[in-house]
Amino acid sequence: MSDTAPMTYREACRQALIEAMEADPRVFMMGEDIGAYGGCYAVTKGLLDMFGPERIRDTPLAESGFTGAGIGAAMVGMRPIVEIMTVNFSLLALDQIINNAATIPHMSGGQFAVPLVIRMATGGGRRVAAQHSHSLEGWYAHIPGIRILAPATIEDARHMLKPALADPNPVLIFEHVMLYNDTEPFDASVNAVDIATAAVRRAGADVSLVTYGGSLKKCLAAAETLAEDGVDAEVIDLRVLRPLDDATILGSVRKTRRCVIVDEGWRTGSLSAEIGMRIAETAFFDLDAPLRRVCSAEVPIPYAPAMEDAALPQPATIVATVRELMGRG
Amino acid sequence: MRDFKMPALGADMEAGLLAEWLVKPGDKVKSGDIVCVVETQKGAIEVEIFENGVIEELVVQPGEEVPVGATLARLDGEAAKEEGAAPAPKRPSLPKWPPPPLPAKAAPPAPRHPPAPAAAAPPAGGRAAVSPAARRRATELGLDPETLTGTGIDGSVTLADVEAAAREPGEKRPAEAPAAEAPPAKPARKGFDPAEMRKAIAAAMQRSKREIPHYYLGQTIDFAAATEWLAATNATKPPPERLMPAALLLKATALAIAEVPALNGHYEDGAFRPGSGINIGWIVALRGGGLVAPAIRDADKQGVRDLMAALRDLVQRARTGGLRASELGSGTVTVTSLGERGADSVIGVIYPPQVAIVGFGRIAVRPWVVDGAVVARPLAEASLAADHRVCDGHLGGLLLAAIDRHLQQPGKL
Repeated sequence: MSDTAPMTYREACRQALIEAMEADPRVFMMGEDIGAYGGCYAVTKGLLDMFGPERIRDTPLAESGFTGAGIGAAMVGMRPIVEIMTVNFSLLALDQIINNAATIPHMSGGQFAVPLVIRMATGGGRRVAAQHSHSLEGWYAHIPGIRILAPATIEDARHMLKPALADPNPVLIFEHVMLYNDTEPFDASVNAVDIATAAVRRAGADVSLVTYGGSLKKCLAAAETLAEDGVDAEVIDLRVLRPLDDATILGSVRKTRRCVIVDEGWRTGSLSAEIGMRIAETAFFDLDAPLRRVCSAEVPIPYAPAMEDAALPQPATIVATVRELMGRG
Repeated sequence: MRDFKMPALGADMEAGLLAEWLVKPGDKVKSGDIVCVVETQKGAIEVEIFENGVIEELVVQPGEEVPVGATLARLDGEAAKEEGAAPAPKRPSLPKWPPPPLPAKAAPPAPRHPPAPAAAAPPAGGRAAVSPAARRRATELGLDPETLTGTGIDGSVTLADVEAAAREPGEKRPAEAPAAEAPPAKPARKGFDPAEMRKAIAAAMQRSKREIPHYYLGQTIDFAAATEWLAATNATKPPPERLMPAALLLKATALAIAEVPALNGHYEDGAFRPGSGINIGWIVALRGGGLVAPAIRDADKQGVRDLMAALRDLVQRARTGGLRASELGSGTVTVTSLGERGADSVIGVIYPPQVAIVGFGRIAVRPWVVDGAVVARPLAEASLAADHRVCDGHLGGLLLAAIDRHLQQPGKL
């Protein structure tokens, strides 16, 4: 038996859920179509049979209601995992997430913890148009009181859930829709990851590509293309969007002196803007070129495949941006 | 054939390092053109030429340090007559002092940053694009990054460009410059060095306190009329056109000095030599520490708006580099004004070889007696430190009284 058998991202999410359900009877799931249907992205397929309808609860199409129920359950000692089908639908639960989940530990003077985990799909590329394809995790990263995770690898998908459940405060996990079918060797000897730090996924000397989630593999692909030109790109996977791991980001930029932030969110008022500003505030004198971003076009994500592809960050745009930055445009 | 010589850019300057030529043999020059950059303890100074002609030969090469008065370049004089330009000023040139000033309006404004021939087109605004990392490294290496050819985005100068220039001294330096294997070559252009400036200030102030028997006078000036006049005249102006009290202080001092010329000039070789114009050195504190006192020429003949513009320009250039040789060392009297955040009063130390320094403290509202009643008035403490070898307190008192009198009629300044 190989220690590094291939696994899909979907399977990694599923195994994480099963492990959590088996490890702690307080853990249960709520969400739309997670039970009988097996989950919109088939992550929870089979879990209803394994754990029964008490713990795998299909909900009405009412995000505010079932997210609120999850908050209440967490406040009285359960460990709920709420699944929201896509980040677009989570807007219906904004009040619960931002006004309640993020604030109750503070509003109650520490009397109530909210050990709630909310999973949701995010991002574009699946040809499901503008109401199912947006990347709004950067909005959530604005909010104090919640931790924002963006597993971009099979390993993180498999292991981030456990520390998220152990966190006494709400944790939101954003799974990019284009990752579920990804298959990668999975190292079974790794059985834990942290939910505090960013990771250097590819070491390089010439430019830092700072990214997360669905854009990680695009950056890694761009880095390979750039390597053929002799440009050695470092790729930073943020992993945690709030709180940001400044030390890793700044350490990389101080080394390479150039930075391109790749964020599928829109540029205006985005997480990429926040990261760029932190670099400008802290590492200005280390920079050897202006900061650059590759973000989604500022349009509702289009339905037509060619237009959707053109609207999203792509390896070719990342490569072109880096080449320009290196004075090789 | 005439010689263009290393000017004295301050009383204590004995030698200067030629950092950069901005002309080459065959170039036509006219009075007022900036022809080279000289490194002094005050940083890089742009040096003008005060003759018309054609550069025949550059005698001193960048990187060489030569004494004041040494020939830097030779020029022939044919162009002078041909253009019928203003002749050299009639007043005798002062030994050990910089070239006489350019006649008013004779010189067209010279570009502040003549483009280096090799440099890529600078971005809008006339400033070369230099990355922050490149700028910092260039400072460490003693290079001027704005003279390098940029290979980065939009032609910007990158860290690699600076390091390449440092490795290849031949590229930016002439053949006569130290060879590559020699110990670190003399920097082409040092930029501002606070430690060097501190030394220069120390030398000048020690000389002043050692040699000049100062006497001191003070006078409180009622600034109400000036304050009201400023408020009225500024009311309709946008912020960039508004006058600051400094412009009035400067003009009033210049007019007062014109009435008491014994305080305007230099004391050298045991004798007082009156100044050939009222050139007021205005003290500018630099953000990195240290100060400079560039001169505003013929301040008594300029209107307050022109003086305000001159002050803004001077302060800006003093802080960003780009002061010209003719502005340094040509002052005939100095004014130090502490501004609104300063102390209540200041008693200056004379900048040799000048013989007087006028100080103004902060303008602040205080009790004052007007027509037998105590009222609140904006007041300013004016002071004079003057050289007792040249004059006595009575004369100094006349100067402060004249400044006061002029400030009571701000509309006539």
